Amino acid sequence: MSHAATHDQHDDHHGAPKGFFRRWCMSTNHKDIGTLYLIFSLTMLFVGGAFAMLIRAELFKPGMQLMQPYFFNEMTSMHALVMIFGAIMPAFVGLGNWMIPLMVGAPDMALPRMNNLSFWILPFAFIMMLSTLFLPGGGPAGGWTMYPPLSLQTESLAYAVFAIHLMGISSIMGAINIIATILNMRAPGMDLMKMPVFVWSWLITAFLLIAVMPALAGAVTMLLTDKYFGTNFFNPAGGGDPVLYQHIFWFFGHPEVYIMILPAFGIISEIVPTFARKPIFGYKAMVFAIACIAFLSFIVWAHHMFAVGLPLGAEIFFMYATMLISVPTGVKVFNWVATMWGGSMTFETPMLFAVAFIILFTIGGFSGLMMSLVPADFQYHDTYFIVAHFHYVLVSGALFAIIAAAYYWLPKWTGNMYSEFWGKVHFWNSVIWVNVLFFPQHFLGLAGMPRRIPDYNVAFANFNMISSIGGFLFGATQLIFVGVVIHCAFFSKKKATDRVWEGAKGLEWTVPSPAPHHTFDVPPVINDDELAHGHVND
Amino acid sequence: MTSGGIRRSFTAAAALALASFGSVAMAAPGPWQMNLTRGSSTWSTVPYHLNNVALGVCTVIGVLVFAAMFIAIFRFRKSRGAVAEKWSHNTTVEVVWTTIPVLILITLAYLATGGLATWADTTGSEMTVKVTGYQWKWRYDYVDYQGKAIDKVGFMSKLDLNSEKTRQLGSGMDPYAVKVGEENTYLLDVDKPLVVPVDTKIRFVITSGDVIHSWWVPATGWKIDAIPGIINAAWANFTEPGVYRGQCAELCGQDHGFMPIVVEVKSKEDFASWLAGQEAQPEAANAAAAADAEPEQVAAAPVNDDSQG
Repeated sequence: MSHAATHDQHDDHHGAPKGFFRRWCMSTNHKDIGTLYLIFSLTMLFVGGAFAMLIRAELFKPGMQLMQPYFFNEMTSMHALVMIFGAIMPAFVGLGNWMIPLMVGAPDMALPRMNNLSFWILPFAFIMMLSTLFLPGGGPAGGWTMYPPLSLQTESLAYAVFAIHLMGISSIMGAINIIATILNMRAPGMDLMKMPVFVWSWLITAFLLIAVMPALAGAVTMLLTDKYFGTNFFNPAGGGDPVLYQHIFWFFGHPEVYIMILPAFGIISEIVPTFARKPIFGYKAMVFAIACIAFLSFIVWAHHMFAVGLPLGAEIFFMYATMLISVPTGVKVFNWVATMWGGSMTFETPMLFAVAFIILFTIGGFSGLMMSLVPADFQYHDTYFIVAHFHYVLVSGALFAIIAAAYYWLPKWTGNMYSEFWGKVHFWNSVIWVNVLFFPQHFLGLAGMPRRIPDYNVAFANFNMISSIGGFLFGATQLIFVGVVIHCAFFSKKKATDRVWEGAKGLEWTVPSPAPHHTFDVPPVINDDELAHGHVND
Repeated sequence: MTSGGIRRSFTAAAALALASFGSVAMAAPGPWQMNLTRGSSTWSTVPYHLNNVALGVCTVIGVLVFAAMFIAIFRFRKSRGAVAEKWSHNTTVEVVWTTIPVLILITLAYLATGGLATWADTTGSEMTVKVTGYQWKWRYDYVDYQGKAIDKVGFMSKLDLNSEKTRQLGSGMDPYAVKVGEENTYLLDVDKPLVVPVDTKIRFVITSGDVIHSWWVPATGWKIDAIPGIINAAWANFTEPGVYRGQCAELCGQDHGFMPIVVEVKSKEDFASWLAGQEAQPEAANAAAAADAEPEQVAAAPVNDDSQG
């Protein structure tokens, strides 16, 4: 039966194609494309990380030491663009590509050729964007938010805009693929309310992507026509409004923030039950909380704009809506803790990163709640307090979840166990230095240091130096991760079992390790006991 | 302000929790400063207290949640022989931990909304100053004071020369040596500060001549963007004479980090004589005043500043 449905996949029972080009560049295999995404995002993590190291080096002590202010602005702008669009988002797409078909019992993604295209756009987009650093006039230096009129002074605007268009197309194609896969390709018996939370989180995230990427494309296209074709969307001298851009941008930008954290919630919701050996607490509440956060993400965008001079009514509305988000987010954190309660826990590296995620993401959530209070935000806005906040949710949040996922599924991907010792060395260094790096930035912001400045008064010197030291060591620590991954993939002698983790449940653990090139050619027979969330009744 | 018993008790609780966060009213940031300034205007205590209350609430919730988590981590370990239980939901606790945060949020929203409403009310101001941001300096124009229009008092305010030289790449100069008296003013001093009277509700109307900037003096308790084509309004009523320092807070190009704001708050008498002196001077002389120069000295020895377009 299944062969009739997949008639054109004549190589179903063969392994991977032999030639390098055929295997990787022409791939339509969700596992290979997932691997490509993950390798790409790891590469971009180090590119963006190198920019961050330069930023922290310049801020090591007062006085300009290394670079001109304009180059510093290029570094802050490119660091954000590379990390958001190059590291975090493709990593989640890679994890989704690899795991969603395995988790729902599908043979591949619904649209395998589009899957190939949506990956292979990305390297070209980033080559174009990074090439601006070598062009006369330099790269984008107006921040990743690209507010006009400042961004219109950027010589390389057209490159950045076109690169963002490409990334947007890639993201939308990836999102369509994920939605089509989840809604159409689930094995019989894999009801929506039995899906892993990670699959749920990606389904909701994919809808967010489709909804908001066009808003970003529209905003940057208007920048393009304002600069090159004489339009006046954002030019007050021609009747335009610079604040209009910010509204459109953040209508994209706030859901974007959740695009970068909802799949992380999904990952943590898989890892915690596995290592607690206990079903997730409140499965339905977890799914509903994600949907709720996704909905709210559309009506909070102006909390990025409390200082632009919004009318009082708008400030109050966006303040209340923003505060509301802490309720479903709180439910998620409480449910993770309740999942641990009464469990039988072990602390392998994925669980360690998951526990660190819960604590540090919650700290980022707390500062987010503080920022939602408009009068307080008048002080916090555009200071290092904000920088500390979003690095807590994006580095010790999203990135830690991605790293946790990598450790969790590496044995399934490679067939080998990673080195637990070096995984723990990586974890403890990461969790210590990330706090040395970002916690003092709260104090800097509260004391009055604006963000995106290349130099500062000596009053800010102490915490900046501590932060820089933490930054260098956190950056160096991530090299351990590369070592662990390479060792696991190519040199590890310890073979992984199919189940890998004692408490692991779900369809992905029923296939051999390493997962063969093609899985679930015949839909699996679903046994609810085998599923991570097979007996949902609350 | 819509203060009340609730706010005061919360404030007291938060102050207790924050005893380690030293916070005296500061005119400029200090080394190792860890918390917001209390500020020096009638409104600036609103964000300060709100910050402390919110931080206190978050700290308490954090301690409870993380304590529960660490208890779980130590009690329910496989290595201690813990056997996993089977339950996966409990409607009662779920309702409780959804409801309690809502109640906390309502309290915080009540406190924040009152403070916000007073901030937005610029009526009854006795003085108006127009602030215009430029790449990379500020312009101040005095519009009116005590009901009388002020004619032609306005000047540019930009980074002081000592900081400007020191901050150049490879200058070899020590940022720690940039001082006014005992205070280090590196990147926080200007050639000519904004001078305003104490105990006066001052309305600031803020705009920009090129890109978006943001006018921020932490002592006022707020910042607001300076946007071309838009005039924003905010107010401050300084309670103590002094020199208050701030910076541009919105990325505005290469010298974004080098366009500080200095507000010199004078007694009403001193301000009146300063203003009279300014009104008697042509703008070029006004613009030449050094940050720490007394108006009399400027009048006696005007210096030509060719950077003033």
